[in-house]
Amino acid sequence: MKIQVNGASQQVEAGCTAKDLIKIMGLGGKRIAMEVNMEIVPRSSYGEFVLNQDDTIEIVHAVGGG
Amino acid sequence: MTTMNDTPLVIAGVEYQSRLLVGTGKYKDMEETRLALEASGAEIITVAVRRSNLGQNPDEPNLLDVVSPDKYTILPNTAGCYTVDDAVRTCRLARELLEGHDLVKLEVLGDEKTLFPDITATLEAADVLVKDGFKVMVYTNDDPIIAKRLEEIGCVAVMPLAAPIGSGLGIRNPYNILTIVENANVPIIVDAGVGTASDSAIAMELGCDGILMNTAIAAAQKPILMASAMKKAIEAGREAFLAGRMPRKRFASASSPIDGTIF
Repeated sequence: MKIQVNGASQQVEAGCTAKDLIKIMGLGGKRIAMEVNMEIVPRSSYGEFVLNQDDTIEIVHAVGGG
Repeated sequence: MTTMNDTPLVIAGVEYQSRLLVGTGKYKDMEETRLALEASGAEIITVAVRRSNLGQNPDEPNLLDVVSPDKYTILPNTAGCYTVDDAVRTCRLARELLEGHDLVKLEVLGDEKTLFPDITATLEAADVLVKDGFKVMVYTNDDPIIAKRLEEIGCVAVMPLAAPIGSGLGIRNPYNILTIVENANVPIIVDAGVGTASDSAIAMELGCDGILMNTAIAAAQKPILMASAMKKAIEAGREAFLAGRMPRKRFASASSPIDGTIF
């Protein structure tokens, strides 16, 4: 199925969880936060949070700023 | 280092020895960031929240590995936000990112050229965030009426600008800053606009509780040395404020006695 991750189109298998996506994106173990369709997905629920076709996902981290 | 005869800076119930808060933008690399932070003695460090790079550079060091939340109080900002919704959304992502840490720096910008705050949006966002349990340190202009309003909404610190962000122009309106300080029951932290050590000393001599800066250090020729200079200027300015300066006089007043002169 097709999802949007940080503004780019991405193909993942049906049933892909937030945890799977983080692994696919190479972000395992990184300090990040995730939003699906404008709603925060708590880190503790990544394993059971199943993504759906056309979901819009934002994955963010901390960068230098003032 | 604690300034002589001073009490600590208290923000949202937490005591800090340093009155210098610093940003992490515009440095050459992570190592320069780390060294500048160390030289500044700052305990509260601002960061921005941005999209993660996906697969482009997996070995890129993570800022939070250099600026560890175990060592520093991390203050995520809403830089780049021009609407209430974007600012609130950014704060919620930051809280998740920092595992429930709810201290944030709110800025809702009004204009790209000046980066002045959009005050009506700032008031609205502050209200939403306070009700959502955030401890809000808020960037605002140097308007005493608005500063008071932000305090009444429940912000834990009010942070008027000295001059536009990144301008290095120093305190442009010392009388307004003084009025804001005199009216306040929460810490007043000058945020943005200082350019060099004397600007910081002036802000502290006005009675400000602290200063938040980024470009003044990062854009100096020698950022690490400037970080050290700012630390000293803030301590010196604070001590001068606590000491109480002499009154200004128009004409001279000799320091040596007139009695006992030999002529």
